Amino acid sequence: METYKLTVNGQPKEVTVNSGTPLLWVLREELKMTGTKYGCGIAACGACTVHLAGVATRSCVVPVSLIGDRPIVTIEGIGQDPVGRLVQDAWVSEDVVQCGYCQSGQIMGAVALLKSTPKPTDANIEESMGGNICRCGTYPRIRQAIKTASRQLK
Amino acid sequence: MTAAISTANDLLLGRRSFIRASATVAGGMLISLYLDLPLTAQEAGQAKPQTYPPDAFVHINPDGKIIIQVNRLEFGQGVHTSLPMILADEMDADWSHVVAELAPAADVYRDPVYGIQMVGGSGSIAHSFQQYRELGAKTRAMLIAAAADQWKVRANECRTEASVVRGPGGRSATYADLADAAAHMTVPETVPLKNSGDFRLVGKKTRRLDSRPKCNGSLKFGLDLDLPGMKVALVAHPPTFGASPKSVDDKEARSIPGVADIFEIPTVSKGTAVTVVADKFWTAKQARDLLKIEWDFTGVERADSQQLWTKYKELARTPGNVAVASGDDKAMGGIPATNRIVAEYEFPYLAHSPMEPLNTTIRFDGDRAEVWAGSQFQTFDQAAVAEVLALKPDQVTFHTEMAGGGFGRRAVPDSHVQREAAAIAKRFAGTPVKLVWTREDDVQGGYYRPMHVHRVEIGIGADGLPFAWHHVIVGQSITAGTPFTPMTIKNGVDETAVEGTADTHYEIPNFHVSAHHPTVNVPVLWWRSVGHTHNAFVMETLIDELAARAKVDPIAYRRKLLKADAKKLRGALDVMEAKSAAWRTKLSKGHAVGFACHESFGTGVACAVDVSIENKRPKIHRVTVAVDPGLAVNPLTVESQFQAGVAFGVSQLMAKGAITLKDGRVEQRNFDGYTPPYITDAPVAVDVHIVPSAEKPTGCGEPPVPVISPAVVNALSQLTGKRYRTLPLVSV
Repeated sequence: METYKLTVNGQPKEVTVNSGTPLLWVLREELKMTGTKYGCGIAACGACTVHLAGVATRSCVVPVSLIGDRPIVTIEGIGQDPVGRLVQDAWVSEDVVQCGYCQSGQIMGAVALLKSTPKPTDANIEESMGGNICRCGTYPRIRQAIKTASRQLK
Repeated sequence: MTAAISTANDLLLGRRSFIRASATVAGGMLISLYLDLPLTAQEAGQAKPQTYPPDAFVHINPDGKIIIQVNRLEFGQGVHTSLPMILADEMDADWSHVVAELAPAADVYRDPVYGIQMVGGSGSIAHSFQQYRELGAKTRAMLIAAAADQWKVRANECRTEASVVRGPGGRSATYADLADAAAHMTVPETVPLKNSGDFRLVGKKTRRLDSRPKCNGSLKFGLDLDLPGMKVALVAHPPTFGASPKSVDDKEARSIPGVADIFEIPTVSKGTAVTVVADKFWTAKQARDLLKIEWDFTGVERADSQQLWTKYKELARTPGNVAVASGDDKAMGGIPATNRIVAEYEFPYLAHSPMEPLNTTIRFDGDRAEVWAGSQFQTFDQAAVAEVLALKPDQVTFHTEMAGGGFGRRAVPDSHVQREAAAIAKRFAGTPVKLVWTREDDVQGGYYRPMHVHRVEIGIGADGLPFAWHHVIVGQSITAGTPFTPMTIKNGVDETAVEGTADTHYEIPNFHVSAHHPTVNVPVLWWRSVGHTHNAFVMETLIDELAARAKVDPIAYRRKLLKADAKKLRGALDVMEAKSAAWRTKLSKGHAVGFACHESFGTGVACAVDVSIENKRPKIHRVTVAVDPGLAVNPLTVESQFQAGVAFGVSQLMAKGAITLKDGRVEQRNFDGYTPPYITDAPVAVDVHIVPSAEKPTGCGEPPVPVISPAVVNALSQLTGKRYRTLPLVSV
């Protein structure tokens, strides 16, 4: 067991865990932040997506020991970011969610996309969101919400 | 604190909790199960009028919040919004004050038609529309009665709007002010319901109540539950259903700090599994990975997909138990071979793979237990936990947790997850234990849509329409051995295997459908739209092939062949044809349009799809769907269910969209081997058009699924000249 200092949503956190523990389980079980979801554990579904130094990252395959001083932003904190808030609002106004379980990851992916590509094409959306599974199949509305948020970006 | 309308909360405890069949409506899961009715009434065919205490469904808080209980699981389908809409509308509640809650397991929350507390058969709105209307109207009547009493006026001098009762002389009182007094009013036996023209919420596009917490990470699903002192259990299941450990070496696993215990538990498949209980998921996962188990397969059938295909195809060559035999059985003989089509179809096992992995948390306290689970079958799951813990169902408090999808996977008649969880919790009395199935457990854990072979011989008449149709369906029975058997299995045919074919809306003069249900050591289950998943594919691809052969427009051909009373399908076809006309007439080069129509769970659906081939896969550019669900309670939900449901339906076409077994072991492990559609695979845009209707509402959860895959391959057939009869679509 080792102690790691992390910055999560701007807050300093300290956890003492096995060095191989994935960030996902540090968030969920040590920090009790359950907005980040477990879906597959092999980076194949995107439900666990967080931002690591601004990069959309599958937290289920990143051991805590590799994080270093990179700041972590999760779904619980993304609303403090203007783009994040815009995307969340677009998700609500477009009534995107169904079961909602994948949507933390979808939203984190969409925010990263819009930050790098404020006016994404359908191809950009498919490329960037192409690893996130929504089993309900809300994809048409996810596209719509990304475009809605994009239009509102200043 | 809750002023509430708290009349005696007669939860009808202590009643019998098993199912009796009373009446059956043809067509798959449209089954009527009645519970607890006096035998005489049942035998007389009279369903006892059910009454529900309004206070079990509605609470008015002093702050004006109106809390409405949802009598079934929310797992994406939207009942957490649409059922409260129905009640709030009749109640004239201010929608902005409404809070929805998922009700725990209790008799009062049983589905009024099925007789158990459940979600299935796309029955939520269909079955609870009237119930929630009456509850809302009764609550409103009691609030008015309270106001009239206070004001010494007649009830009919009062009216209501937005959580306020208004009376003569400008008097008014809020529902919150009246709640205490209303609680003491008599519950009216009957109440007038609104005329549909007076609806304020029903029929209006209404956004979901659960969006915001699902978008900011605050909503707690079952898997997110965290209780003081809670432990997490993972189970090492046998690699073949029904196997047991020969030896278990858990020395290394036990050395992981945080592991509380490792022990064997029975599986529902009559085998034995090994469970690891630890302080956390990650601890349990590491420990489970270190278990060294040698398995004993003695006496266990090792299912193998290749062998099953051979066996099923052989079976399909002879008629099975008869589902339908209409017209002349010998009619085929009169059709020359050149006017016959013989088609053989293959459908693999499919896993549901809801995004939230299966889980259940139980705390066993000796003479009581508490359960937290996202369950489609609360009544069964509660009873199963009780049985394992040697309790009565009413000693088990069962909380319905929000679930991350399900698609049938949380509607398990044998409650295998809850039984495992109970067996584990029994060893940890006083400590809550959360059982988690990892994705691997889910993909490999059985309870799949059964694999099927269909063999169809069609004799085409001189008019180009099918004259004789012999159809043999081979696949495991989903309901055999379950409490549903008396209602679903007739003459040895499981209706859930033949629905969509046996009850086709096409007019075929000489029609013979039969089924074989082999027994295979692989647990099977209903997968969103159940038998329609494969039957609609067979029917709609064959109809398309027949239309092409007759050189008739595929929509016109369907119209010609549909029975006169297939009103919902005719209406849907008309709307689909009109709404897709603009884009269909200017398809891009390399694109083709495919059609399908299918009625399931009482809902008629027609769709047109714009498909091209990209990277050797179908690219679905656009889908136009027309749907007749009767009265659309929440048109926004209907639209969303169809937009997303067709994407779910694409699962059947995915290159890695099959569960296969080799020598008793499932060959796929996770989403890398069994792959649901990603955004690239799903339709880019789906426009949904609701056929206007004032008929009683029917379901929308399952009916989107059957149409999409036949429509897509019908388009592909035009692009490639091939017919597609084997799923998944490994190559185009």
